[in-house]
Amino acid sequence: MGTLEKHLRERRDSGRKLLCPYVSGGVSDDWLDIIRAYDDAGADAIEVGIPFSDPVMDGPTIQAASDQALGRGTTPATILSELRDLDVATPLIVMTYANVPFRVGFDRFVDECGAAGVHGAIIPDIPMEELDPWEAAVGEADLDTVMLASPISADDRLERLVGRSRGFVYGVNVLGVTGERADLGDWSGKLAGRLKAVTDLPVIMGFGISSPETAVIASAASDGVVVASAIMRIILDGGTAVEAGAFVSSLRTALDRG
Amino acid sequence: MSEPTSAPSLMGEPENGRFGRFGGQYVPETLVGACQEVEAEFHRAWADDGFRTQLADLLRDYAGRPSALTECHRLSEQLGCRILLKREDLNHTGSHKINNVLGQALLAQRMGKQRIVAETGAGQHGVATATAAALLGQDCVVYMGAVDMERQKLNVFRMRLLGAEVRSAETGSRTLKDAVNEAMRDWVATVESTHYLLGSVMGPHPYPMMVREFHRVIGDEAREQVRALTGADPDAVVACVGGGSNAIGIFSGFVDTQASLVGVEPAGGAAIGHGVPGIVHGSTSFLLQDDHGQVQEAKSISAGLDYPGVGPEHAHLADIGRARYEPVTDEEVVEAFQLLARTEGIIPALESAHALAWVARAKDELAGQTVLVNLSGRGDKDVAQIAELLGEDV
Ligand SMILES: Cc1ncc(COP(=O)(O)O)c(C=O)c1O
Repeated sequence: MGTLEKHLRERRDSGRKLLCPYVSGGVSDDWLDIIRAYDDAGADAIEVGIPFSDPVMDGPTIQAASDQALGRGTTPATILSELRDLDVATPLIVMTYANVPFRVGFDRFVDECGAAGVHGAIIPDIPMEELDPWEAAVGEADLDTVMLASPISADDRLERLVGRSRGFVYGVNVLGVTGERADLGDWSGKLAGRLKAVTDLPVIMGFGISSPETAVIASAASDGVVVASAIMRIILDGGTAVEAGAFVSSLRTALDRG
Repeated sequence: MSEPTSAPSLMGEPENGRFGRFGGQYVPETLVGACQEVEAEFHRAWADDGFRTQLADLLRDYAGRPSALTECHRLSEQLGCRILLKREDLNHTGSHKINNVLGQALLAQRMGKQRIVAETGAGQHGVATATAAALLGQDCVVYMGAVDMERQKLNVFRMRLLGAEVRSAETGSRTLKDAVNEAMRDWVATVESTHYLLGSVMGPHPYPMMVREFHRVIGDEAREQVRALTGADPDAVVACVGGGSNAIGIFSGFVDTQASLVGVEPAGGAAIGHGVPGIVHGSTSFLLQDDHGQVQEAKSISAGLDYPGVGPEHAHLADIGRARYEPVTDEEVVEAFQLLARTEGIIPALESAHALAWVARAKDELAGQTVLVNLSGRGDKDVAQIAELLGEDV
């Protein structure tokens, strides 16, 4: 079992709801401080976006964060090399689109993730049907490939999906792209229940979480949440790493209270 | 995606959604089911005589097919080869796009999807889609890059006249690739009620195969027409390539003949010419991108060819050497645009003028040959742009 999965299972089994905040790599000069702030605020894993020019699963906030990062000259290589020196024990997960690893070659990308101390990968435009070459490149590396499950994935697909997912399975709360929502609707709870029924992997729900309240709702039937746009909006609006960390603390407190 | 066991024939059913090392279905989990549904329904429809008749009737009575084959006597004399034009410009809405649009709009109706989304660059695919949606009473949203909306104001108004909603893509380079992104984001959120009517032989499986099949009519007609006129197959078949739908349509009629197949790319958007593979918008193909995998903007005189990728089947045809792909410059295109107007009385779309530009450049190589050119669209939409370029005040 990979480092990421082992860590998340232990935390989950200790009765804690899992919290995975996201940062777009290279979004600001102090983006590594943002990661440190998440770590201090009680994150269980931290998602680092590697920006792609055409992020079709992302709404306006993450698109803007990606553009801001790319505008600063950020590349996959600069992100992974800056992560090498990071002094944070919380497992890191990269989130990117297929062409980024494809361009340098899956093998080399996996190696670079390893050298950067990354333990998980989320690539939303590589569905199960296209996963073989990526899985082959990962091989025995300590890099868990997290699969996304959609509210409209059929039952038999969900079963196969959780079979191929490592680290955790990422339940998508909504029909749609990333971005804050005031109300998550019915999909989230239903999908969390369906996933919990077919796997003992940690089930973590993401997309649309905008507040401590929505985080608590999405984690009710699942093992935790990913929060991205709501934090990136703080950064895009000029907020500091400390302010982003404070927001993550408020999520932590709400999840611990239940 | 689990069809035949024998080696796939050229331009047949792709194996596992792939054309050699290109193609595939790189879509988020939310869209996998929808792509599979489109594929299954397309195969059912394509095997259904009722559907084929319905489409054939529309192509004849509404779109005006078969499109004519025109022999260019004066141009042939000037260039020293026998030039035949397949006149897709004479179709309703003025380009080949209507063939695919009518097919997919009928398919959406079969699937019970009342809402259509589409992307458009120059506006030709958007206008064709808005037209079919009006004809079939479907709700239609067209995404168009903000930059293109400014460049092609008349087509924006046309789409609105036809009852479509035009939404501007304000992200990235704000051109065609960004319109595709927005259409895909819309589809991810509305997939239960909406069909994504993609406008070229690109995107995830089954689109490259399905859109090719809807354009196969171009090649099938042309093959009969050329044989009736000349008693033989042409020596060369030439078409412009953006995503590659008009080219694949005409190539499909000649892939099993001796004809050489030539796709013409704009020099500023030559995805095949640069030869770097990548993954975007659902498939692997050649893609304009930087060293880090960020997609670059295509830049040419014709908005309809400004796409940084190319259909995966073209990448495969290039890979195996069955087709060749040549770049032409904007200057050559403007020359060819005027040449056809003056010698034959036909104003071509700037996209189609790319094909003619290559013929003009390659005239020595083509001397004495019969050359079939796909005239994919008419140039009315481009007249104002050309006037401006030539410094004419209209
Ligand atoms: C007249 C015409 N030809 C060609 C194209 C390019 O598309 P494709 O390469 O799919 O034929 C367009 C696209 O807008 C067009 O309007």
